[in-house]
Amino acid sequence: MARMTMIEAVRSAMDVSMERDDDVVVFGEDVGYFGGVFRCTQGLQAKYGKTRCFDAPISESGIVGTAIGMAAYGLKPCVEIQFADYMYPAYDQITQEAARIRYRSNGDFTCPIVLRMPTGGGIFGGQTHSQSPEALFTHVCGLKVVVPSNPYDAKGLLIASIEDPDPVMFLEPKRLYNGPFDGHHDRPVTPWSKHELGEVPEGHYSIPIGKAEIRRPGSAVTVVAYGTMVHVALAAVEEMGVDAEVIDLRSLLPLDLDTIVQSVSKTGRCVVVHEATLTSGYGAELAALVQEHCFYHLEAPVVRVTGWDTPYPHAQEWDYFPGPARVGRALAEVMEA
Amino acid sequence: MIEFPQLSLHVPEPAVRPGGMPDFSNVNIAKAGSVPRPPVDAAPEDIRDLAYSIIRVLNRDGEAVGPWAGLLSDEELLTGLRNMMKLRAFDARMLMAQRQGKTSFYMQHLGEEAVSCAFRKALRKGDMNFPTYRQAGLLIADDYPMVEMMNQIFSNEKDPLRGRQLPIMYSSKEHGFFTISGNLATQYVQAVGWAMASAIKNDTKIAAAWIGDGSTAESDFHSALVFASTYKAPVILNIVNNQWAISTFQGIARGGSGTFAARGLGFGIPALRVDGNDYLAVYAVSCWAAERARRNLGPTLIEYVTYRVGAHSTSDDPSAYRPKTESEAWPLGDPVLRLKKHLIVRGVWSEERHVQAEAEILDEVIQAQKQAEVHGTLHAGGKPSVRDIFEGVYAEMPAHIRRQRQKAGY
Ligand SMILES: Cc1ncc(C[n+]2csc(CCOP(=O)(O)OP(=O)(O)O)c2C)c(N)n1
Ligand SMILES: [Mg+2]
Repeated sequence: MARMTMIEAVRSAMDVSMERDDDVVVFGEDVGYFGGVFRCTQGLQAKYGKTRCFDAPISESGIVGTAIGMAAYGLKPCVEIQFADYMYPAYDQITQEAARIRYRSNGDFTCPIVLRMPTGGGIFGGQTHSQSPEALFTHVCGLKVVVPSNPYDAKGLLIASIEDPDPVMFLEPKRLYNGPFDGHHDRPVTPWSKHELGEVPEGHYSIPIGKAEIRRPGSAVTVVAYGTMVHVALAAVEEMGVDAEVIDLRSLLPLDLDTIVQSVSKTGRCVVVHEATLTSGYGAELAALVQEHCFYHLEAPVVRVTGWDTPYPHAQEWDYFPGPARVGRALAEVMEA
Repeated sequence: MIEFPQLSLHVPEPAVRPGGMPDFSNVNIAKAGSVPRPPVDAAPEDIRDLAYSIIRVLNRDGEAVGPWAGLLSDEELLTGLRNMMKLRAFDARMLMAQRQGKTSFYMQHLGEEAVSCAFRKALRKGDMNFPTYRQAGLLIADDYPMVEMMNQIFSNEKDPLRGRQLPIMYSSKEHGFFTISGNLATQYVQAVGWAMASAIKNDTKIAAAWIGDGSTAESDFHSALVFASTYKAPVILNIVNNQWAISTFQGIARGGSGTFAARGLGFGIPALRVDGNDYLAVYAVSCWAAERARRNLGPTLIEYVTYRVGAHSTSDDPSAYRPKTESEAWPLGDPVLRLKKHLIVRGVWSEERHVQAEAEILDEVIQAQKQAEVHGTLHAGGKPSVRDIFEGVYAEMPAHIRRQRQKAGY
C-alpha cells in the first residue's frame, strides 16, 4: 500500500495499465512531455516513450476521433480532455460515433476508449473550468459514465475503465485531486494522506463499474451522491446529526439501482445531491427511479440539491456550489415532511 | 510484391528542452525591408511567398526600412509606445495583485504587446474584434478605461460583468471587443459571421478574428477559413504564433505545414506572415488587410510571429517544459525596446524621456488600481450580488430560475 493523492492514483492506474498492456496509449493536450496541466500523466512519456504517451494538437474532436480510430485498429486509448468544459468540440465524436459503433456494426467494430476529464467547480474557474456534464453523457446510449470520489476508487475504476470493452467517460472531480473536499471552502482541506481512502495498492486491482458503495450506513434518510458531493453530504450529515445513509454511486451508468432501492426502502426518505445544474440533471433520473421503485416506502418527496440553473459564476462560486448548508437544509426538509 | 519497412509514428519535438541551450537557428528571418508590398488587390496565388517569409520594418539599427515603412507619424508612434508600455505596466501590476489574492487568475502579454496595440490602430470605430484572452492591447490602445478592466479582474461591485466571468474575459461592444470565451477557437468563425452580416447589410464595417498558434488545430478555425473564403467575408483572420500553447510547442499544431500563414493558401485566402514584435510592421500589414476587407476584396490571413515571454497564465510554470533563457534567445527582440530605439533614432525620444514615461505610466496604473480597489477585490470589500448569478441567463427570468433565486435567499 502507498499513500496517494487522486492525481497520483489516476497516474498509477495508467502506469499499471500501460505496463501490462502495450495496446494502452495515452494522449491529450499537454499530456506528453509536461505530464498534463494537473500532472496526471507526469512521467509516463519518459517511461513508455513518445509513441505511447504524447501531446495532441488542441482539437478535442481530433483527440476523440483519432482515439476511436485507434480503438478500431485494436488499441486501448485512454485520452485526456483538459477540462470537461472542453469536451464539446468532441461531442459529435462521443455521442454519434463512440457510443454507437458496437451497435451499428453489430459488434464488427468496437470502441474501447476512455475519456478522462476533470470536472466540477470550487477552484474559481468560472464558467469554462467548472462544469459537470455527466448528464450529457448518461443521456446517450452506449456510453459508461464513472465518477470516483477518492484515490482508491479512482485507481481501481480507471483500470476497470481501460479494460472495459466499451467507451467510458471518466469524470475526475478536480476539487478532490488533493483532498476530500467537504464544501467548507474557508477551512483547510485535509490531504488524502490523512484519509483511509488515500491508501492505494501500488499494483493492479480493479473495481467493477456499476457498484455503488455505502459511505455511511444509516436508517433515517438516504443521501445519493457522487464525486465531490459525497464528501459534502457526509459533512452535512455529521453537522445535522441525522442518521443518514450516504451512498456513493461511483458509476452513473451502469447504475447500482439495487443499493439505492434497498436503502430507500429502509429509510423511506431520499435526498439526491449533485453539483451540475438541476433541470434535466442526473438527479432527475435518480428521483424518477426512486419514485418508480420505492413509491410505497416513501415518507416524503425526494429532494434534489444541485447547482443553480445558471452558468457557473466566477466570483459568487460559493453561493452557487451546493455546499453542506444547502444539503443540511434539504435533510431537515425531508426529515420534517 | 514490394517489401515495405515497418511503419513508425512521427511525434514532433521542440529543438530544446529544459537544461538545453535555446536555439532558434531554425527560424528563418527575412531582412527588414526585404519583403515586397503587393497592391491590396493582388491575386492570392501571386503572393504565396508572403506566407513563408516575415515582413519586417525595423532593422537592427532601429531604422524603418522597405516598402512597408512610412505609414505612421511621430505622434502616432509615440502613442503606440505609450500603449505598449501601459499594457506591460498593467500586466505587471495585475500579476502582483493575483499573487496578493486580489483576483483568482491572470494572463499576461509580455513580449506580445505590439500585436494587439498596433492592430487596433488599423481598425475604425464600429469594427469588431473577436479576441482571445491575450489581446487586451485592443482595449488599452482604444483608451478603454483601465479602471473598468480592473473592476472586472477584481470581480468587485463595479465589475461590468457582475462577477460572472473569469478575470480578463472582458467584453465591450462600445470598444469593438466581443465578449471573450474560455473555449478556444469558437470565436474565430463567429468573426466571419459578423463580417458576413456587415456585407449582407451593405455596411462598411469589418471584423477581426483572433486565435493562438495552438488553437488553430480546432475545427472552428478551419470552418472559419472555409466560410471566409466562400463568401469573401470582410474579415481579418489573425493568428498569434507565440511559439507555445501552454507546454506544447507550435510544431504540434503546425504539423507538416511550413508556417501557420500557409494554412490560408489552400483556401485561396491571401496569407501574410509578419514580425509580431515590430510595431510598424504589424501596423502596416494590418492596414493592408483592413483595406482589402474594406474594398470588398475579402479576407486576409495574418500570422504574427512572436514569443510568449511569460508563463501561459498564473497557473503555469514554463520552466518545466522550456529552457529558462529561451525568451532571451528569441531573435525578434522585445517590441517595446525596438520601438523605443526607433523613436530615439528618429530623434523624437530619449532614454530620459523613456524613464520618465515609465514612471508616469506606472503612476497612472497605480491610480487606476486604487480607484478600482475602493470598490473591492475578489475576497474583500464590495462584491457583485448573489442576485447577479440568476440575472441575465435570459432576457426575461423564467419562473424556475426565479424560484431558485428565492431559495438562495435573494
Ligand atoms: C476548447 C478548449 N480546449 C482547451 C482549452 C485549454 N487551453 C486554454 S489556453 C490553451 C492553450 C492555447 O494556446 P494558443 O492557442 O497557442 O494561445 P496562447 O495561450 O499561446 O496565446 C489551452 C489548451 C480551452 N480553453 N478550450
Ligand atoms: Mg500560443
